[in-house]
Amino acid sequence: MHRRLALAAAAALCGTLVLSACSSDGGSGDSAKAASGPVKLTFWAWAPNMDKVAEVWNKAHPEIQVSVLKQAGGDDLVTKTITAAKAGNAPDLMQAEYQALPTLVSNDVLADVSKQVGGAKSQFADGVWKQVTLGSDAVYAVPEDTAPLAFYYRQDLFEQYGLKVPTTWDEFAATARALKQKAPDKSLTTFSANDPGLFAGLAQQAGAKWWTASGDNWKVAIDDPATKKVAGFWSGLVKDGAVDNQPMYTPAWSKALNDGTQIGWVSAVWAPGVLTSSAPDTKGKWAMAPLPQWESGASVTGSWGGSATGVTTGAVKAGHGDAAAKFATWLNTDPEALAALVQQVNVYPAATSAQTGGLLSAAPEFFSNQPDFYPKAAEIAKGTASAAWGPNVNVAYSAFKDAFGKAAQDKGDFGAALSTMQQATVEDLKKNGFQVG
Amino acid sequence: MSATITSTPRASRHRPAPALPRKGAAPRRTAWTPTLLLLLGAVYCLVPVIWVVTAATKSRQELFTTFTYAPGTGFWDNLAELSSYRGGVYWQWMANSALYAGAGALMSAAVSGVTGYALAKYRFRGRSTVFNVLLAGVLMPPITLAVPQYLLMSKAGLADSYWSVLLPSILSPYGIYLARIYAEAAIPDEVVEAARVDGAREWRLFRSVALPMMVPGLVTVFLFQFVAIWNNFLLPYIMLGDDHKFPVTVGLYSLLQQGANEPAMYTLVITGALLSILPLIALFLGMQRYWRVDLLSGAVKS
Repeated sequence: MHRRLALAAAAALCGTLVLSACSSDGGSGDSAKAASGPVKLTFWAWAPNMDKVAEVWNKAHPEIQVSVLKQAGGDDLVTKTITAAKAGNAPDLMQAEYQALPTLVSNDVLADVSKQVGGAKSQFADGVWKQVTLGSDAVYAVPEDTAPLAFYYRQDLFEQYGLKVPTTWDEFAATARALKQKAPDKSLTTFSANDPGLFAGLAQQAGAKWWTASGDNWKVAIDDPATKKVAGFWSGLVKDGAVDNQPMYTPAWSKALNDGTQIGWVSAVWAPGVLTSSAPDTKGKWAMAPLPQWESGASVTGSWGGSATGVTTGAVKAGHGDAAAKFATWLNTDPEALAALVQQVNVYPAATSAQTGGLLSAAPEFFSNQPDFYPKAAEIAKGTASAAWGPNVNVAYSAFKDAFGKAAQDKGDFGAALSTMQQATVEDLKKNGFQVG
Repeated sequence: MSATITSTPRASRHRPAPALPRKGAAPRRTAWTPTLLLLLGAVYCLVPVIWVVTAATKSRQELFTTFTYAPGTGFWDNLAELSSYRGGVYWQWMANSALYAGAGALMSAAVSGVTGYALAKYRFRGRSTVFNVLLAGVLMPPITLAVPQYLLMSKAGLADSYWSVLLPSILSPYGIYLARIYAEAAIPDEVVEAARVDGAREWRLFRSVALPMMVPGLVTVFLFQFVAIWNNFLLPYIMLGDDHKFPVTVGLYSLLQQGANEPAMYTLVITGALLSILPLIALFLGMQRYWRVDLLSGAVKS
């Protein structure tokens, strides 16, 4: 009996050793290996089929092999990556949303790769490039996809109710009210307190700059006049019941889009994908128009989402910085990679060369009634206002959900909710040792 | 779930059935209030299950558009789509979950059994200190330990490996606590002494005498740990970066969060969630008979 136990213990111990040996060479890699075999890079991404794009690269570049480890996206991934980086287990490359970049940079997760990728600047719109430099000389990521805002509406129902597509926000409000008069059970759209990203995009369009930094000093201007204007506008519509006040991305919302209770949606260029699954019965009945403007004749829009490919400080420390930067540049600028990104990963590419021309010549299947969907989108994308993100976007976003959620439900004052959001954000910055002035 | 597991064997043995006041042959009246309350409780527990079952049968078109509890027509399509998603990675996740939960719960039951027996049947210095520390461990929610455990594992070079999820699952303060209580009550000191008098050494005493008596308790520990590990999300989420090592909980979560341009794959997630609870149900039905052993395994009349 004793011997059997000892054997079992020994076997278990051996197993541990073997497994630990396996796991350590799969991680960030050691320099001894890098010198002999091909460089092995890990890439954390959430976009589906990214591994297929990496395969294209791996075939052409035997000396740098990239393996995609698919993650769940969203704010949690930012936290997970920061924790991993602190423990020295960060991946070499990561997909990151633009608003997460300052958080990742201030936590020393992303490396400055301006030397390696600076040459790619001309391939992107200025506003987009600014988001990966954070307004400095450094470059922390290569833009992958962008998501300019537009207005989507049900062509057939607009015709039925004799509505005109609004070009300004005043017209938008008038359209919402006119629809309520003609069909009280229908709404033009809803104000969703669950989607701070959309609100941020609308504020960008109005000219808001929520975070600005000069030196080490941060300025938070979430309650600036531009954002106040946007909040006041939606507050009025919600108060009168001209638009709905229920959150988006719920089963009830999908149903409302599908059966035509909601006949419009302010969304980004990726809307066709969501409509395909949320409102399958309305195929071919939607159309895209530019986002309504604050000044008639202008053509400015904001963004809702979009992401970039960053190189981590861990990769640089392991001596893989150049290889990783090479892949990030290839992924987002090479025609072959862009083709794969568009066709396999289904993104709206950030590289301007890919936004027009062959890759996106056919409209999305769901919008077959609007054959010039992508040329129109490229036109809209040109007017994308640059966003200004700070190191605690997640805090501002959760404050938005709390404060606006309550205000929307009670049809209350959005101005007060905005002040709450500003206050929470400033306090959190101070608490984390940032200078706020 | 937990209440039924812990209370059945012990309660049924020691507590005499309360004597029912029977006056003549008065017909028993139905107690409406408790019945109604219990019915409400049953509905509350079952409605989400019914929702998952019916939603899993709906195709993408039907999911948000048809009546909530009406079954749909897409179950087999969902199943096929789920199986073929990224080369069948879902089944890899299920296999991983089975490994984490199966091996983890087995090792946990073994460790709990040995520790609980030692704490219950041996007198040694520091015994109560060890037990009190364990009790404190019971009160500590495992979530608070996930990040420190991650940092420890990466110091040991084990982060992002199967061991990083298995090792923290082995030591379960609650399992040890349960095993100790069980060993104390189920193994009479007379039996231990009798075995010693017969010349059994300590290991043989544990193996051949104590262990068989502890089986129902250890089965309970095993089931507890199995369910806890199977449902655990945060620990594997933090520990693992490689999506081929994910358990099914973390894997399904990654289907929900695919970025804005790709809609969440609700139909696949719901079907996957339904399938992921089937092994748990099967396990409970299969293990039930071990609890009954309790009544037969005693050796001393008390």
